Amino acid sequence: MKGKRLIWLLPLLLFAGLVALMANHLGAPQQQVIKSHMVGKPLAEFALEGVAGAPGLALVDLKGGGPVLVNIFASWCLPCAVEAPQLQALKDRGATIHGIALRDEPADVAGFLARHGNPFTRIGQDPGGRMMLAFGASGVPETYVVDAQGVIRYQHLGEIRAEHVDLLMAELEKAK
Amino acid sequence: MAVAKPKQQRLVLALAALAVMVAAGIVAIFALQDTAAYFKAPSDIAAEPPAPGQTIRLGGLVKAGSVGRSADGLVLNFTVTDMKADTPVSYRGIVPDLFRENQGVIATGSFDASGHFVARELLAKHDENYMPPEVAKALEKNGHPMGAGRPT
Amino acid sequence: MIPELGHLALWLAASFALLQAAAPSIGLWKRDEALAALARPAALAQALLTLGAFAALTWAFWVSDFSVKLVAANSHSQKPDLYRFTGVWANHEGSLLLWVLVMALAGAAVALVPTALGERFRVRVLSVQAFVSLGFFAFLLLASNPFERLVPAPTEGQGLNPLLQDPGLAFHPPLLYAGYVGLSVAFAFAVAGMLENAVGPAWARATRPWVAGAWALLTLGIALGSFWAYYELGWGGWWFWDPVENAALMPWLAATALLHSIAVVMKRDALRAWTLLLAVAAFSLSMMGTFIVRSGLLTSVHAFAVDPTRGLFLMLLMALYIGGALTIYALAAGRVAEGRQFALVSRESALVANNLLMSAMLGVVLVGTLYPMALEAAGGAQISVGPPYFNRTTLPMLFVAAVLMGIAPWLGWRRSGTGHLAARLLPAGVAATGIVILALLLFGIRGIGALLGFAAAAWLGVASLSILLRRGVTLNIAGMAVAHLGVAVSILGATASGALQQEALVAMRVGDAIEMGPWRAELKDVRPVAGPNWTAIEATLDVQRNGRPVATLKPQSRMFVAPPQETTEAGRAGWWGGELYSVLGKPDGSGRWQIHLWVKPLVRLIWWGGLLMAFGGLLALGGKLRLPSRVRTVAQEAVA
Repeated sequence: MKGKRLIWLLPLLLFAGLVALMANHLGAPQQQVIKSHMVGKPLAEFALEGVAGAPGLALVDLKGGGPVLVNIFASWCLPCAVEAPQLQALKDRGATIHGIALRDEPADVAGFLARHGNPFTRIGQDPGGRMMLAFGASGVPETYVVDAQGVIRYQHLGEIRAEHVDLLMAELEKAK
Repeated sequence: MAVAKPKQQRLVLALAALAVMVAAGIVAIFALQDTAAYFKAPSDIAAEPPAPGQTIRLGGLVKAGSVGRSADGLVLNFTVTDMKADTPVSYRGIVPDLFRENQGVIATGSFDASGHFVARELLAKHDENYMPPEVAKALEKNGHPMGAGRPT
Repeated sequence: MIPELGHLALWLAASFALLQAAAPSIGLWKRDEALAALARPAALAQALLTLGAFAALTWAFWVSDFSVKLVAANSHSQKPDLYRFTGVWANHEGSLLLWVLVMALAGAAVALVPTALGERFRVRVLSVQAFVSLGFFAFLLLASNPFERLVPAPTEGQGLNPLLQDPGLAFHPPLLYAGYVGLSVAFAFAVAGMLENAVGPAWARATRPWVAGAWALLTLGIALGSFWAYYELGWGGWWFWDPVENAALMPWLAATALLHSIAVVMKRDALRAWTLLLAVAAFSLSMMGTFIVRSGLLTSVHAFAVDPTRGLFLMLLMALYIGGALTIYALAAGRVAEGRQFALVSRESALVANNLLMSAMLGVVLVGTLYPMALEAAGGAQISVGPPYFNRTTLPMLFVAAVLMGIAPWLGWRRSGTGHLAARLLPAGVAATGIVILALLLFGIRGIGALLGFAAAAWLGVASLSILLRRGVTLNIAGMAVAHLGVAVSILGATASGALQQEALVAMRVGDAIEMGPWRAELKDVRPVAGPNWTAIEATLDVQRNGRPVATLKPQSRMFVAPPQETTEAGRAGWWGGELYSVLGKPDGSGRWQIHLWVKPLVRLIWWGGLLMAFGGLLALGGKLRLPSRVRTVAQEAVA
């Protein structure tokens, strides 16, 4: 009788194995990006709360100060970790960088910044992902050059690689 | 034909089920071994050239300036690179919409006897800036990661 | 305002789902019938409210209300009317809302349709169903609210992926979802059957129409998806063994097995535990399929994407429901397992053979789909498993299944003689032999696979037709025969379009021509054309056969405006049951255009066969409604 019971358990055990396999694989995000239609257009009003000890980000923070970089990132995004040294390099060369933490938990953002460094002057928290639409972003990471009038001048899709640093500095110069 | 006793019948059923499942399992295992296509980046191929005729999926970026066509206009020649090693590829067929220089591509095919990679199928996905995940991973491994997560 | 009302309706519907789940659970436990009976009105209210929520979202899409985030992200004011409408479910949130809506409508149907199993069983089913709906409501409301507002509203939306702007794909997901939801009703019946210990012929009779209907819808959905891939992807193929296709195929295989095994429970009260497992598995695989498609777990040409949080939510839901059902199964299956016996040569054992074959196919498809993932998880190499694997494993089983499908309907229940078989199957045998000789001599086909394919199609087709032509066939049996005929037609289409296909790839200037056997195609013209939201380069190919004009093909390379994207539109024309299929490639830089031309004989039969199968499933449904069960049983015994 005992042996027979085990047979009825078999489907459950098989399914448990399957779930374990899938859970193992959930981490890898999809790969897909589309160019923003917002380039050349002014950003709409927004105000995001700060996160991880950094002050929040609003449209007024972008205006008037001269061109800045806005980097949309997330702690669950692998390429975002990869581009961290390049963001630091941009900051070292004098760029002002603001961050938008997309669909993220404050604790995760803090952990991410502790691991990979914090090049951001301000960080806006965007748990709902609505800034993706405001910037016309289709993925993370994306980096935008925003000029002193709050107009998006340039969009960089995907992570910033070493060879992109000069390019972004040039775009910042152009946006002045 | 006599109606079997319930116990025997269940045994016969169980045995038949077992036989079919074992047979299907064996066929599946052999078929998997024979037909599974391994994913390789050009540097994998440089390190360990696969046997001619073995199906592989070659992934990487289309090297800038490497794309050309044969005289009859049907064969596309290009080089797949992962920034460390290059593999020249030729492909005969309609080129996918999103095939571009500096974009990710997966070429499924095999090496011919002379060691040239002949692709049967090219995959460049239906989006402007798509990077096939395997390609992103291969590039990541070599210190040139690319690709983006898309959370919507 | 209207989106807020929709959101409110959704919350109210979720509360009614909670009531529908909880009232019978508590009511049946406390023996409070009045409390348990609340499930029925709750199901109706839930359906009405969900319908309202869906209507609200549709309205937002229709008037292009870009203050709703979902509309802004997936629609565009220039989009053609049809796609502004279908855009409602061509995205993650909307498709989930559609799923919940279909589920609520099915719940209302369960609440309204008279049942032979008694009120207690009905409310139990409603309760199980509502438990499942609740999870989806939670997912919708907490993690993917379709009514989320965007402040300030953008002036224009981002558009819908052009690949999805297609009538085939517009109606493909609703059909699949309706099929999945039908299977969820079978799932609810199975769980309720186990909880109430009510599994038997009456249970099978009540469950079967849901399975048959779901099966028919799934068949239609898969056929439509295959047709879409055929003409939209421009690769000339019609089935790619892509993970997303497999995700829909697996529940279909389970549902096919279930449809056959439930007949055994109905007629002979055997195979109970197995049937229960199939009912649980069919819906579980539907959920898994949706999960795989929506979580981006497997890479695919059709994959949608979600972030890991949503993937995790879906996975927890799945683990809860499937794990819960399988736990109940582990506890209850021992009780229901006792069934009656039958002889080796009987309708039952033929149906068992069908079940074994379907399960084996399901197994190899599952293994092939998940193996790359498992290997990678184990730290192994990245591999992909493609058509060679699936063809080699499933086609032999399909062949055996087709041979058996020709014989099985002639066998009687309980035990069957074999004396009458030879005479009944003679025409089928003659047809199979004839077609093989024809293929060998007339078409010079030597491939053993193709010959077997033709033989199987002729055998099964003629055997099924001879059942249809007998006198006194009930709708139920006619449905079975039509569905089997559909399988034969599909096999014929697949075999013929593969074995007799001709193709040519050329680079040609305007005025050049390709010759291919009796066919000749001349490139007349290449010029730009414009559509509502795209521009394209269109080639004009005049095709002749033996010097007579047959068709004009207009393949296009399309550039969409919003979002900017290129697609390939195949230029197609019908020729008998087959098709001429052409794809326009890129210019080669010296004034020549790449053209890929195929002639695919009988290829359309593949989808006509799918339609026949679905029609057969619906006929079987009608048979159940119109004939009293006694008459039908007598008629079916008479066939034996």
